[in-house]
Amino acid sequence: MTAFILRRLAQSLLVLFVTSILVFGGLYLVGDPIEILVHPEADQIEKERARVALGLDKPVVEQYYLFLKGALTGNLGNSFVYAKPALEIIFERMPATMELAILAMVISVFLGIPLGLYAGLRPNSPFSRFIMTSSIVGFSLPTFWVGLLLILFFAVNLGWLPSTGRGPTTDVFGLQLSIFSWEGLKYAFLPALNLALLKLALIIRLTRAQTREQGLLDYIKFARAKGLKSSRVVGVHLLKNILIPLVTVIGLELGSVIAYAIVTETIFAWPGMGKLVIDSIFQLDRPVVVAYLLVVVAMYIIINLVVDILYSLLDPRVRIAEQH
Amino acid sequence: MTASKSQKFGMNPVRRLLVGASLAASVALSTSWSTVSFSQEIKDLSIALSTPVTTVDPHFHNLTPNNAMAAHVFETLVKTDAALKTYPGLAESWKALSDTEWEFKLRKGVKWHNGEPFTAQDVAATIKRIPNVPNSPASFAVFVRAITDVNIVDDHTIRFKTKEPYPLLPSDMVSVAIVPKAIAETAKTEDFNSGKAMIGTGPFRFQQYVSGDRVIITRNNDYWGDKPDWDKVTFRIITSAPARVAALLSGDVHMIEGVPTADAAKLKKDKRVEVSNAVSNRMIYLHMDSNRKTNSPFITAADGKPMEANPLTDARVRQAISKMIDRNAIVSRVMEGQAIPAGQLLDEVFFGTSKKLKPDAYDPAGAKKLMAEAGYPNGFGVTLHSPNNRYINDGATAQAVAQFLSRNGIPTKVDTMPSNIFFSRASKMEFSFILAGWGAASGDTSSPLRALLATNDPKAGMGGANRGRFSSPELDALIAQAVVIIDDEKRDAALALASEKAIELMGLIPLHYEVSTWASRKGVQYPGRADQSTLAHDVKRAK
Repeated sequence: MTAFILRRLAQSLLVLFVTSILVFGGLYLVGDPIEILVHPEADQIEKERARVALGLDKPVVEQYYLFLKGALTGNLGNSFVYAKPALEIIFERMPATMELAILAMVISVFLGIPLGLYAGLRPNSPFSRFIMTSSIVGFSLPTFWVGLLLILFFAVNLGWLPSTGRGPTTDVFGLQLSIFSWEGLKYAFLPALNLALLKLALIIRLTRAQTREQGLLDYIKFARAKGLKSSRVVGVHLLKNILIPLVTVIGLELGSVIAYAIVTETIFAWPGMGKLVIDSIFQLDRPVVVAYLLVVVAMYIIINLVVDILYSLLDPRVRIAEQH
Repeated sequence: MTASKSQKFGMNPVRRLLVGASLAASVALSTSWSTVSFSQEIKDLSIALSTPVTTVDPHFHNLTPNNAMAAHVFETLVKTDAALKTYPGLAESWKALSDTEWEFKLRKGVKWHNGEPFTAQDVAATIKRIPNVPNSPASFAVFVRAITDVNIVDDHTIRFKTKEPYPLLPSDMVSVAIVPKAIAETAKTEDFNSGKAMIGTGPFRFQQYVSGDRVIITRNNDYWGDKPDWDKVTFRIITSAPARVAALLSGDVHMIEGVPTADAAKLKKDKRVEVSNAVSNRMIYLHMDSNRKTNSPFITAADGKPMEANPLTDARVRQAISKMIDRNAIVSRVMEGQAIPAGQLLDEVFFGTSKKLKPDAYDPAGAKKLMAEAGYPNGFGVTLHSPNNRYINDGATAQAVAQFLSRNGIPTKVDTMPSNIFFSRASKMEFSFILAGWGAASGDTSSPLRALLATNDPKAGMGGANRGRFSSPELDALIAQAVVIIDDEKRDAALALASEKAIELMGLIPLHYEVSTWASRKGVQYPGRADQSTLAHDVKRAK
């Protein structure tokens, strides 16, 4: 197990290094941040001063070298717009995105698995057919459009929920989170639902496929023949076996939920990392964009590592195979 | 064995009926909630802004949303009204003692938010801080650059010396937010953002700034001027235009700025909402490659074959192009009425404009004649470049312009791109024909004349945005003369003369002036401002 983890960590460092080169190269060769940052009415003297102050008068390779030097000590550069370390700004906004992503995953898992199980156990009932058709709609419709529709319906027409923004935050273990209060949940519900729709569709279809497949296997027949209650057969034996591929997919999808959050955060004015990176791209705030991409790549790597470890814990066959 | 259908699903018919009825009732009830009018008095105003405030330090980043936010907590010596005319702020009066010295008499009885009295020492310390704010991406140094010497005469009188005659000094002071001496000398940008250093003299006190999300301010009950109508104001940053409109309609905010043109008409008809318009100081124009005599990058012959000559260097061709564009059609169709056709660099209400200049009428016959005179009876081909996310309907305007030109003998292609790429390429002179906008913060034409039409001269700071490299020694002389006239009336006339010369030579083709739109719930009124700022103390409770 330890050898496995160490090998993965070494691979991750390589991935991060290559990503940093690609991202840095891509960003620094496009556009001129000074034109965007400096007030349009500033004259050339101002622009030169700003260029020097932000280190943009140096050649690209030198800028990358300075960046790498800083990165090894954990400093990914200062944001052009906020003049604060880029990493600090990202970590400031991370709790907002993470709570949205986790709420979205919770909704999609706790709604998706029961619905998928039902659709798998009773495939021909009208409710099942309805679930499956809606799931197609769920992953075909674009997120931003669905988001606007949700706002229009629930906030403007019905007035049940607030239309944009994040609710009041409470201090939880030093992090500012908003989902632990009713008020906060009201604000978080629509964006989380918007984010969750895609994953919900995916989980429903996956769970149903797994249920259909596993439900036909012998051990289920034996369990029923043994006289076990239906709820125990499904809830304990079937569920455990379909959880294995489900956990893998959920882990991968958690990473992409954080990425899709960009669109949802822009529509719902949710002050998270996604909105930060969109604004930074438009403002050509390069350090923040580079730092964001590296942080997200690192998160994907960690999530995948955790999923692989969980996988081997859940499935004894994998664990035993590894030990040999 | 087989239970009845309803028992299997756990709900008997009566229960199902009750659930259905209560769902229907809640839907009916809640639709009525959102149409409840604001009959009770609003104490706490919430406003949705369209562009993010990047800091609350008033000297760090010169950006319109930051400056508008600073105006609530801090004040300037000279202020501007809705039409951008100056009036006394923290300075009661000012006069030029000589061509190179100005005296400002400061207002008495003004207190900082911490109770200390406001004096000339604070002004001097502020002016010292401004050029030295570390890491500033867009500094305010340009507004105090002209000041060579600061002389504190007494607690309420201060004098500034300039190297050369500089009539724009009072105008520049509009952008200099005054902070207390102790703060100017020691505070860093982080202290402002956290609130520790947010001590001003303004009508509001600072409460909280959450980066990218909101700014909260509360009424200053000890303010020396008219107290605002609101106990507390929350500015929410909602960059997505449809989400902003939805927030207004759902009652989450009381007022929004930056109403998209597509929604303005619908909101005007909505009884719950009031819409207000104000002509802004931003002009949308076309800049042409007026200097490269040959081999302009995107100019071809009318059939697409390469062409060496550059027709845009001939003033007659530029004038012809201006006649080919039906500005009224663009304003009514593309801008959906939310613009004003332009005939010069700023709308007539602003300082330094000429009463003689009117928007060019749509005159295809006149254009044809001019083109033939200039030696291009068969026209030529060109590509129009434009940003697509910077100005209101910029991409659509560019396409409309291209269609007008193509119809009148100049086949035009259009290439739009995000503004961050557009401006860097345009400044490197990679294009021949561009659409751009210019907002004159000072509210007078010296700004566009100097930046867009004066000969490009980096050392003198002239022509910094002159991306057509238009150059006329006559115009340069008129501009140089006008900007050093201290007397307001004479300067107004001189700038008008320079504007007329610029339009005669068609250094750029003005298209339209943007109109800024605000929308608010009934009960809340905002008259609007020409610099597109949203100021909470000017938002009034409707009587």
